Amino acid sequence: MSSTTVDSHADEHTQSGGVSEFISKYVFSKDHKIIGLQFLFSTLLWFLIGGLLALGIRVQLAWPWEGMPVIGPMLFSGEGGQISPEFYTTLFTMHATVMIFFVIIPILAGAFGNYLIPLMIGADDMAFPTLNMLSYWFMWPAFGLIGMSFFFPPYGAGGGWTSYPPLSAVWEAAPGSHWPQTLWLLGVTCVGISSMLGSVNYMTTIIQMRAPGMTMFRLPMTIWAMFITAILQAFALPVLTAAGFMQLLDRMIGTGFFVPEGLVVNNSVAASGGGQPLLWQHLFWFYSHPAVYIMILPAMGMVSDIISCFARKPLFGYKPMVYSISGIAGLGFIVWGHHMFVSGMNPVLGMTFMVATMMIALPSAVKVFNWLGTIWGGRLYYTTPMLFSLSFVSMFIIGGLSGIFMAATPVDIFIHDTYFIVAHFHYVLFTGTAMAVFGAIYFWFPKMFGRMMNDQLGKVHFFLTFVFMNGTFYLMHILGARGFPRRLADPYDYETFSNLQPMNQFMTICAIGMVASQVIFAGNFIYSMFWGPTVGRNPWRANGLEWTAPSPPGHGNFDFQPIVYRGPYEYGSPEVDADFYPQTQPPPDGVEQTGKSDH
Amino acid sequence: MGRFWSLLFLSVPIIGVLTFVCAMGNIWPMSGGPFSFPADNWLPLNVSEDGPVIDRLFMFILGLTGVIFVGTSVALFLFLWKYDAEKNDEPVRFTHGSHALEIVWSILPAATLLFIAIYQMNAWADAKMRRPTESVGADGIEDTDDDIPKRPLVEVTGRQFEWRLRYAGKDGEIGTTDDLYSVNDLHIPVDEDVVIAIKSEDVLHSFFLPNLRIKQDIVPGMKQFVWFRANQTGIFDVVCAELCGWGHYKMRGRLTIESREKFDTWLEEQIEEQERSEFTPKAGDEDE
Repeated sequence: MSSTTVDSHADEHTQSGGVSEFISKYVFSKDHKIIGLQFLFSTLLWFLIGGLLALGIRVQLAWPWEGMPVIGPMLFSGEGGQISPEFYTTLFTMHATVMIFFVIIPILAGAFGNYLIPLMIGADDMAFPTLNMLSYWFMWPAFGLIGMSFFFPPYGAGGGWTSYPPLSAVWEAAPGSHWPQTLWLLGVTCVGISSMLGSVNYMTTIIQMRAPGMTMFRLPMTIWAMFITAILQAFALPVLTAAGFMQLLDRMIGTGFFVPEGLVVNNSVAASGGGQPLLWQHLFWFYSHPAVYIMILPAMGMVSDIISCFARKPLFGYKPMVYSISGIAGLGFIVWGHHMFVSGMNPVLGMTFMVATMMIALPSAVKVFNWLGTIWGGRLYYTTPMLFSLSFVSMFIIGGLSGIFMAATPVDIFIHDTYFIVAHFHYVLFTGTAMAVFGAIYFWFPKMFGRMMNDQLGKVHFFLTFVFMNGTFYLMHILGARGFPRRLADPYDYETFSNLQPMNQFMTICAIGMVASQVIFAGNFIYSMFWGPTVGRNPWRANGLEWTAPSPPGHGNFDFQPIVYRGPYEYGSPEVDADFYPQTQPPPDGVEQTGKSDH
Repeated sequence: MGRFWSLLFLSVPIIGVLTFVCAMGNIWPMSGGPFSFPADNWLPLNVSEDGPVIDRLFMFILGLTGVIFVGTSVALFLFLWKYDAEKNDEPVRFTHGSHALEIVWSILPAATLLFIAIYQMNAWADAKMRRPTESVGADGIEDTDDDIPKRPLVEVTGRQFEWRLRYAGKDGEIGTTDDLYSVNDLHIPVDEDVVIAIKSEDVLHSFFLPNLRIKQDIVPGMKQFVWFRANQTGIFDVVCAELCGWGHYKMRGRLTIESREKFDTWLEEQIEEQERSEFTPKAGDEDE
């Protein structure tokens, strides 16, 4: 996959290369930029697959049992092209698994983390290049295992991405709880290993390898966010890995961690016993709630950098921004119970989780106010990356505020496991993170490939995505207020929900439009990679260190030793005539050279 | 183009608020069209004494977040409109932040959030902790440890993919040989405190009564209780709200809320019918 980047990098290495050299440079590469691009291409491909899975869900909700157009008859000739209820459980399980484990987490940490960390801190590479390479290649066993789990006859894993036992732990509980579930658990474990290798590397690199003058409080927000994210992963992941192995043991050798005594599942007696299903939920969410922040903090960091650049104005409240990211990360470890308010957990415990959850809304609010403060009084340039970043802010307001409903425990009794929740996390993860990722791709594309993406097409892509995604996700709030539950293959069987089908049809048509709009993005991306207009080092007139390296940077990144004189947000500084002031530019004569000694 | 993009972002709060207003007031502009959104897209009819507390809290948070949503979104629009580089010649305000502002916009939301947190605690305790009592116990004082909790009227067992119900027979005890067994057909008397014992015999389920604002996951190996007081008769849905397998969508029960007399008559008829039939259930294996 990475071979597509060969041309742009080849001139850096003029020795004649055989196949083995090609493999060491572009396949099993230890260069953080190649690894970042490998992550980027892989995750974008999975993004497409995850999106198509979502369309399968949407088609079933709009026209239940009427069969999928075109591909339905190919997939299920036996059922007349219909989505069977078993396959429906596989669809939503795999949609979430793919989007979370193969798209959002690896595209943020793997692709952008890898590509940007050394460039933005002025290092020539990561601290541990071999670990870095392994962190990418550990994704492939995961791709293989989850892929096998998906296509395993007759149906793939169908226990939801949360895999709550006993449904997932007992073989007889569902068709997808046979081998597919075992493969799913092993696949997720491999993703965990990959993330862990990455996070160790990111922490070490950011602490140890900053360029002279690059103090912690001169780091761009992207790097701060990646740093905090790496800490979250390092502390939360072992718990998920342990839980995954416990479920594997329950399934494979009959231990009793999660399966209680005396179950009769599907007319057969479950062999093990003495376990507690809630234990899985605690362990799972102890990882998966911090994971929610792993999926948003880097996006917040990148958006901060992009907005400041195109507002031509310093980031408002840099330190409060850093503190709020840290606050979110700290509180993020003690709010996992809010996924379990109605799970049967002690309601007194629910109350303490409720208070912590309410409080985590505070740092998020502070961040929104500071982004608004950054825009205030600036000179705004409506480029494609800026539009995506602004829409991140606009949509994150919705996604953040809807979280308060479910933090309120009595309200959560009603809206738990309804489409209100689905609306909330799609507003945070799709209209939030995914939009930030699009913005980041448009923003750093010239650095990655030395060529610009087409701005007009980018704006068309933005407009269509923005309209269609709101058409898809906003009405989910209304469905949720009605009590419309998640994960039902045919909700209209219930009297209460039978009138909601037209609304779902409208949403499905918007979802199809949203996926179709991505064709513009794919075309723009591929075309620009080869034929886009070439650019110099700093097409956006930005301050960050990465913009002082060649585009694309060669092996070792910088052709000079970067020395950092100031923070990354000195746009519009009165010290210089230009409206930007790169971190490496020495101060003009007469101005005291601050910060030379503070490394 | 800056004007166009500003207006696009302004459309978010406008359409956003209008959507909620249309849903609440059942006034969809599209009704009759190809995507005719029918009436009743809002909170389902509430028939529980405690339901209005939850609904009011929902509406309160909706109002509060709505104001913040509109405020921040309109501020975003105004800044985008005013500071567009194409139209605005003012120099950039070179500032790195404001300590005073940070304090204001930290303390205000913190106070608001803390208020919501404390405000709702009572409703949560009513719903999940304060089970109705049969009598005040030996000491004669309310809300003490020796209060005798109200006995469940019916025991609901979730299994793939149906609700099995067990009412007390003539002896008034659930778990004896004369219990009444039924499937998916839940009957409840109106205007009475009702306690329902819920359990599962296979996987997780969730006992969801949308019209009574009741939801409780059912965990195998645990016996739990839900309680409510219905104030209206009618027939409603019993929904399973936790993924329980491929047939999750068809795990549908029917809730009939009726007067005490009708309920007693129904119970008697059912018991007679069961006694006439050959079927005699095994005793005791599902007891507490």
